[in-house]
Amino acid sequence: MNVWWLMVLCGVLTFAIRLSFIAAEGKVTFPPGFRRLLAFVPVAALTALVIPELLMPQGTWWLAWENARLVAGLAAIVIAAVTRSVLWTLIGGFAVLMVCA
Amino acid sequence: MPDSIFREFRAGLLAVAPLLVGVIPFGMIYGALALSQGLSPAAALAMSTILFAGSAQFLFCQLVGVGAPALVTVTEVGLLNLRHALYSAALAPRIAHLPRRWKVALAYLLTDEAYATIARREASGDDHGPNRHGFYLGAGLGLWGSWQLSTAAGVMLGARLPAEWPLDFALPLTFIAIVVPLIRNRTMLAVAVVSGIVAVLAVGLPFKLGLILAALAGMAAGWWSAGSGR
Repeated sequence: MNVWWLMVLCGVLTFAIRLSFIAAEGKVTFPPGFRRLLAFVPVAALTALVIPELLMPQGTWWLAWENARLVAGLAAIVIAAVTRSVLWTLIGGFAVLMVCA
Repeated sequence: MPDSIFREFRAGLLAVAPLLVGVIPFGMIYGALALSQGLSPAAALAMSTILFAGSAQFLFCQLVGVGAPALVTVTEVGLLNLRHALYSAALAPRIAHLPRRWKVALAYLLTDEAYATIARREASGDDHGPNRHGFYLGAGLGLWGSWQLSTAAGVMLGARLPAEWPLDFALPLTFIAIVVPLIRNRTMLAVAVVSGIVAVLAVGLPFKLGLILAALAGMAAGWWSAGSGR
């Protein structure tokens, strides 16, 4: 398939997902468990993206202090938990990565 | 007196500013990656408008680069972006009274970063003004503009971006900044731990299907943990 069509298809699908509940508000009722399950999606999807980047930055296991991405990621997790600040998490994570790399 | 829509808009822009530390490097690295996977500069730029979803754009480029079947690409992008349905559900009641053009615009601008900004404002207990949609628009447009500009910078610089700059680390860092504050109880911790373990174990699956498997396993763990806790 042409890459442009593929892109448009993915774009329309993404927009439809983003519009779904906004458009359905007040018109459709969902089963009670549905929203509860939906509440897990951001943590589940984003964690699945993050953890392999930290534990296997080159595609294979690298559980060592020399793995700067793992150390920086752990530091960022601690900073995020303590400060709850996006800015400090990003600055701190990058700073640790620079120091360790 | 409630804040005017312009004040709300400006507040939205300001609230989103810290996230740009992650968005701008990520946009640049996306632009460079898209070219390296064989996309034309025009396609790379257009995708930032058509999809406007950083991690999905990354996935799209990688899948196109390895020649994945179209059905696999669409399915994975759809499943990866399924989390936006939650953001849509969270925003829906707050903008139910607005005209359709507002709903369409805010839906288009709904990203992880926009949702995180809105959720943070709600948690601060200051999300009641009648013009709060101005805040949402400001946050969304601030992200959209920075994403387009940083993508363009990445496309122009392309291979000239020094390879030793760890710009791609902006993605995990941004997601850490978004996810960690969401883990407020045992159930959410279970979701994160199971999703992380499965993501690592399933990393060898073709076409990054391990990502989807991990997200589904995390959701199942949350369902089970929430059910067994009562």
